[in-house]
Amino acid sequence: MSFTAQDFKKGQPRWCPGCGDHFFLASLHKAMAEIGIAPHDTAVISGIGCSSRLPYYMNTYAMQTIHGRAAAISTGAKVANPNLTVWQISGDGDGLAIGGNHFIHAIRRNVDINMILLNNRIYGLTKGQYSPTSPRGFVSKSSPYGTVEDPFRPAELCFGARGRFFARAVATDGPATVEILKAAAAHKGASVCEILQNCVIFNDGTHESVYNKEGRAKNAIYLRHGQPMLFGENNEFGLVQDGFGLKVVKLGENGVTIDDILVHDAHQEDNTLQLKLALMEGPDYPIALGVIRDVEAPTYETAVAEQIEEIKGVKKYHNFEELLLTNDIWEVK
Amino acid sequence: MSEPLVVKDLEQVVVRFSGDSGDGMQLAGNIFSTISATVGNDISTFPDYPADIRAPQGSLTGVSGFQIHIGAGKVFTPGDQCDVLVAMNAAALKTQYKFAKPTACIIIDTDCFKKTDLDKAAFKTDDPIAEMGIKQDVIAAPISQMVKDCLADTGMDNKAMLKCRNMFALGLVCWLFNRDLSIAENYLRTKFAKKPAIAEANIRVIHAGYDYGHNTHASTSHTYTIESKVKVPGKYMDISGNKATAYGLIAAAEKAGLKLYLGSYPITPATDILHELSKHKSLGVTTVQCEDEIAGCASAVGAAFAGALAATSTSGPGICLKSEAMNLAVIQELPLVVIDVQRGGPSTGLPTKSEQTDLLQALFGRNGESPMPVIAAASPTDCFDAAYNACKMALEHMTPVVLLTDAFVANGSGAWRLPKLEDYPAINPPYAPEEQKGSYTPYRRNPETGVRYWAVPGREGFMHILGGLEKDGDTGAISTDPENHDRMCRERADKVARIPVPDVEVQGCKDDAELLIVGFGGTYGHLYSAMEELNRAGHKVALAHFRNLNPLPANTAEVLCKYPKVVVAEQNLGQFAAFLRMKVDGFVPYQFNQVKGQPFVVSELVNAFEDILKK
Repeated sequence: MSFTAQDFKKGQPRWCPGCGDHFFLASLHKAMAEIGIAPHDTAVISGIGCSSRLPYYMNTYAMQTIHGRAAAISTGAKVANPNLTVWQISGDGDGLAIGGNHFIHAIRRNVDINMILLNNRIYGLTKGQYSPTSPRGFVSKSSPYGTVEDPFRPAELCFGARGRFFARAVATDGPATVEILKAAAAHKGASVCEILQNCVIFNDGTHESVYNKEGRAKNAIYLRHGQPMLFGENNEFGLVQDGFGLKVVKLGENGVTIDDILVHDAHQEDNTLQLKLALMEGPDYPIALGVIRDVEAPTYETAVAEQIEEIKGVKKYHNFEELLLTNDIWEVK
Repeated sequence: MSEPLVVKDLEQVVVRFSGDSGDGMQLAGNIFSTISATVGNDISTFPDYPADIRAPQGSLTGVSGFQIHIGAGKVFTPGDQCDVLVAMNAAALKTQYKFAKPTACIIIDTDCFKKTDLDKAAFKTDDPIAEMGIKQDVIAAPISQMVKDCLADTGMDNKAMLKCRNMFALGLVCWLFNRDLSIAENYLRTKFAKKPAIAEANIRVIHAGYDYGHNTHASTSHTYTIESKVKVPGKYMDISGNKATAYGLIAAAEKAGLKLYLGSYPITPATDILHELSKHKSLGVTTVQCEDEIAGCASAVGAAFAGALAATSTSGPGICLKSEAMNLAVIQELPLVVIDVQRGGPSTGLPTKSEQTDLLQALFGRNGESPMPVIAAASPTDCFDAAYNACKMALEHMTPVVLLTDAFVANGSGAWRLPKLEDYPAINPPYAPEEQKGSYTPYRRNPETGVRYWAVPGREGFMHILGGLEKDGDTGAISTDPENHDRMCRERADKVARIPVPDVEVQGCKDDAELLIVGFGGTYGHLYSAMEELNRAGHKVALAHFRNLNPLPANTAEVLCKYPKVVVAEQNLGQFAAFLRMKVDGFVPYQFNQVKGQPFVVSELVNAFEDILKK
């Protein structure tokens, strides 16, 4: 069967004009059509927040649930019905603050769910408080003199939880978003997609350096497995290894050639370099976009099902009546 | 040798094994109850173990007990006090003596009554029997030494040998009650199937204990038999409340043809449900030990959405954390079974002890208008039926259901007649009929039951969204319309109120009682026993014991208002009484309330009810 984006669309989104959620939703519809899994075999599950309204605009099975719990609810749905393709939608507050525990454990278990983290570094629905990804010193309604705490870096949290898939895209960058969503769907196991997006009302310009095409050309690097790590308006810059770290170099300067440039390996088990890439920040480094890590590992729901099948073969009781007879039984006549 | 022993036949007997928490008292108790049940006695057991895994050895806080009530006829409780008290050390005697009847026989291991043992148990003199004023028969045996002598040629080390002390005491008790040791042998060979040497050592020690009693007559003039006068023919097993609860879920899933999913997090005293269900993968049972209580319930909501029979198991503190996801299941109208094995509260409270203090939390402990059916199990074996009914109710009425048990029924056990699944009612979830294809919306209801239709993901033409936000009853879209919200609140309440539940049965002097005893849940055995005792003494007393707490049975008001006096007896400060007063106009009962973390004592109930009868 083939599908169009239209097959996955429902209703009229009610986010603020210019909100990154609009861009992401369009990319998700498009990606789902290209992935080709039927709407009725798809479940989209969210928590609470602006971005968690997304399931209302999906013509699939869907649940908009409670704050922070989407990863846990998705885990139950996927384990109970592994045939469902499950997309879990969270914002930075939903996924990393109130839902932080479920976020890391879903990743650790490697449940095959596509975990979307829409990161605008602000609480929008409650009208403008700092979030766990807001930078230190961030001024908001609940931090009028600036925050005095450091933010989470989602990739670091994902890798710390043994994440096997991490990708990043900018919400306004449709083709690249579709690309990582397709890669996330193809990946068996928990896949985290961080979507950098703007909140036009409460945190306008938070990802400004990469929010438009020109900015990305200068300030971002698109990582592709097997490709050299080049960036810049004319691909004139590249990344090389420098001691334990990374260094930005210019091709042709100081004798640097294309052969010196690192080649991206998203499938590398050892996540050290992938983490360094994921943590790069401006102005000294480009922000990494694309699939940064994509390593296969046994998925939780498959292992659960396989263990059940295995034990069915080992044990001699397979229904309730037979279960009863495994006990010490006496008969009264 | 002294005169041949007299063998007396008893109607019932209560035995309490007690010792250090590492002394294997639970195992000794379990084996004795299995032997007794196997020969056809009715049994009721109650393990009373400390909260610490291993308190300092020999200390007063580390004493673990296991009480067994054995009857020729039916027994309803583990018994108030015991006829035989086994005290494996000085601390056990100190703390457990209060459970001994004035006529009890007390068995002690003199090797664990040395100076250091007496000090740890805070005895002031070197004669604990005199110091405590114990007048009963005491079988004082050097158990530890005899166990070591018996196992001397096995090559076992000292520590391993002493681990078998419990079996010596068990052997001695088996002699006292003329029990057949072959059943114990089978039990041990099965339990230690992978360690046959351990099994054989234990078996040898049981025989040594038995022979010690036989050869010395162990300072007692009688041994006893308890001849069964049974009752319903059939196959039986000994089952604890938690295991029966797990079995109820398995049976319901099989009957409904659904996958069973349990999302849980370890918590005393509910964890055995998770343990039990985790074993039965060959039945297709899926258990997920989640990252926290919240995820236990939340993942179950996800599993219910995906079409499973979903359950979560916990105790009161866990319910606090699950309330949010339980409420989600209320507004999403998804089937979910929430098992609350109640323990002492508030907060962490008394983790290993029993109370009925979560009733109002189960009924009302959520934000918004959040109606939820509540069912309470009356006994260990009743946990099976209660769990089955909770599943049936959840699945057929598309609602979360709370199943209340408690530490007492969860850990206690009773002889259970094996059920036949074919005798249990069918479970028919309200799956969306095929003609709704293309037009299905999730909150349209069956007009007769008020229940919405269930469309499980994967089904073409039934896609929909459920949510924590209020929805329009017709279209399923988000709605803040005041009339719609009012309607939806009423419809959800009405749906629960209309769930049919059986009438509450009145037992005892149902036509002419002067006093009606009212209770719910795990106090059934004690209340029934108190009623029987009062009626034997010539009073006119009846008992109405509730299993369905929400909705209440249709005849509730009629029953409560029929008798001159009513007492509501519960292990809290009056939660059920308050609920009944809210539901039944003009109902003003007497109340009997205890929150001690221990089961009721029948004699205390009898005294309290006699006082009420005199008023």
